[in-house]
Amino acid sequence: MQIYRSHVLICGGTGCTSSKSLLIKDEMISELKRLGIHNEVQVVMTGCFGLCEQGPIMIVYPEGTFYSKVKISDVKRIAEEHLLKGRIVKDLLYYEALEDEIVKSVEEVDFYSKQMRIALSNCGVIDPENIDEYIAFDGYQALIKALTEMNPEQVIDELKISGLRGRGGAGFPTGLKWEFAASYKDDEKYVCCNADEGDPGAFMDRSILEGTPHSVLEAMTIAGYATGANKGYIYVRAEYPIAVSRLEIAIKQAKEYGLLGDNILDTGFDFDIEIRLGAGAFVCGEETALIESIEGKRGMPRTKPPFPAEKGIWGKPTLINNVETFANIPAIILKGGKWFSSIGIPDSKGTKVFALGGKITNTGLVEIPMGTTLRQVIYDIGGGCPDNKKFKAVQTGGPSGGCLTSEHLDTPIGYDNLVKLGSMMGSGGMIVMDEDNCMVDIARYFLDFTCDESCGKCTPCREGTKRLKELLDRICTGKGTLEDLSRLEELAYYIQDNSLCNLGQSAPNPVISTLKHFRDEYLAHVIDKKCPTGVCKDLLQYFITDRCLGCGSCARVCPKDCITPTGEIISEKTGKRRFVIDNSKCIKCGACIQACPPKVSAIVRQ
Amino acid sequence: MAKLVMNDELFAELKTFIDDNKSQTLGLMPVLHKAQDIFGCIPLEVQKFISKEMHVTVAEIYGVVTFYSRFSTEPVGDHLIGVCLGTACYVKGSQKILDELIKELGIKQEETTEDGKFTLTATRCVGACGLAPVMMIDDDVYGRLSPKQISDILSKYKN
Repeated sequence: MQIYRSHVLICGGTGCTSSKSLLIKDEMISELKRLGIHNEVQVVMTGCFGLCEQGPIMIVYPEGTFYSKVKISDVKRIAEEHLLKGRIVKDLLYYEALEDEIVKSVEEVDFYSKQMRIALSNCGVIDPENIDEYIAFDGYQALIKALTEMNPEQVIDELKISGLRGRGGAGFPTGLKWEFAASYKDDEKYVCCNADEGDPGAFMDRSILEGTPHSVLEAMTIAGYATGANKGYIYVRAEYPIAVSRLEIAIKQAKEYGLLGDNILDTGFDFDIEIRLGAGAFVCGEETALIESIEGKRGMPRTKPPFPAEKGIWGKPTLINNVETFANIPAIILKGGKWFSSIGIPDSKGTKVFALGGKITNTGLVEIPMGTTLRQVIYDIGGGCPDNKKFKAVQTGGPSGGCLTSEHLDTPIGYDNLVKLGSMMGSGGMIVMDEDNCMVDIARYFLDFTCDESCGKCTPCREGTKRLKELLDRICTGKGTLEDLSRLEELAYYIQDNSLCNLGQSAPNPVISTLKHFRDEYLAHVIDKKCPTGVCKDLLQYFITDRCLGCGSCARVCPKDCITPTGEIISEKTGKRRFVIDNSKCIKCGACIQACPPKVSAIVRQ
Repeated sequence: MAKLVMNDELFAELKTFIDDNKSQTLGLMPVLHKAQDIFGCIPLEVQKFISKEMHVTVAEIYGVVTFYSRFSTEPVGDHLIGVCLGTACYVKGSQKILDELIKELGIKQEETTEDGKFTLTATRCVGACGLAPVMMIDDDVYGRLSPKQISDILSKYKN
């Protein structure tokens, strides 16, 4: 085997490939060839490192040197200085990796040192397109252990001991789910991986599929063994081309190695996996809608019971788990359920991956033990809000979740704790908002989403979300009344109680939680007809103050010709008058503010 | 309006795909994905063709095609612009990017320009939240955008 003195890891996740990390990899390889050290240094394209904000990311081992925001033009210097001469290029380091001239390794940086990685353990470490690397990191050991040393009941028991709960949103105990699926006998049974990650701002499933696709295949095969199924489906979004292609490669490699297909490892157990592409319908993340979609129908949820464990795909018993849930399973089988349950808090065991996004310094993917507080995630790992803005709210659980405020920041993260506060774990999106975000507008945004994605099967969701959105539209445009607020609340609870599936039942959550925690903002919109943050354009008015010099720059750019020199005379000598905006014609485009000379800045927005 | 190309060769390609996969419990979805790839959209003629080949009613196929946002019944422009309106992008101002594109192209959301060059859509999260706000033109991702950059970016695609 070829031994290398250095390894250069370049992120091949979606965030970094969007900023040309593949070209950086090619450039690095050609630079190493030019310097004649391509036999000493290996370049590896890995899955997501997690700190997407700083992408493209390059890490050099054995030192663990952390280069961030690498440009193609930087590659030559890194190759010549660092890899040839052994001198770290300090000005290209991640800003936090250099403290008082001492270079910190990637593991010592705040963003990583406070995390604990189980599901993501291989992301950013191995080449996801090479099965040998996965095997070198204990890959497929759990499958071998399950098939050769354990019977199906023991596998399920191990999961029950671990306390693992579904990572897709609802948090149902995984061991129980497997037990139910195993209890139904039929000639055909299925295992399905739900990779239809639809929550806006959530990208952990995608990163797992892109960074360590074999973990999911291995866990699905174990699930097949434990529940008595011989066929698996991965239902993945078509919007994730990199994840799909890496899954295809992984399935092909696993088959070549006899780890998937007929007679796996000569144990007589057969298991095959097929990929099914979603087609852009959020509701298909709901398990029964997903089944309908795999069967080639409109993705509309079915009534439960019967649950999929009894009647799933093609009417046969089906086990459905989320990507992240599966990604935890090989470690549980290898290290034991007890080990897993020693991490976390009583009702929530193990770790959870969150996608940190929005107004936060370190956007990216973090995996933390359950029980970590929101404050630790947002401030210690995420670095707080950028530009010294004030933190206002954090939204967890995507369109089904709720907004939490600064007073909730010390809550330990767990399934039950978040539900108690009116939000939910969801699949793990965590969007931070600062003082510039209008909470009424955010509620409207989520309603717009659920309204669009409602499948239309049941009336409370189909009609109710539309009416909710109309009410919010009225409030955001200054037409809202106090009556509208109470109607909003009443309708929200009605939809929650009467919808068929989780999409409808949780759709009003953003409205309910913002009404509860940010009622003053709603009142400002309704009574004062003002948007305190200035986001709701229709509630803004533009004024020209007495700083105006009468130059007319604003009037020349106004698309509606509603600015005229009709104010008081500002200069006796020239006879110039102050310009005035006719607010009845103004469309609030803001062009005048930009046109007003910065030194004058006579136009204000209120 | 964008042009729609339908010829025997393309229909034959779709038929081969259906025939090759007949042994499996395929379902409609993979076939519709293939049709969307081949024709760029799934108009009624194509739906009728699939109906005959797969013995599924046109009504059912139409129902499925119109349910999923990846499938369309009308052709799209040469370049598909998708502005991400996922939460991370939205709180970082992607609505302003969309507004700028609407102004610049003179079309509304989900419309195609007169010359058939651009189709403007708002997409769900593309998962590049670290680069928010983000838009995609075909397969290229543009991140950390501000409205001022839009006209420069568009001009790259105009010729």
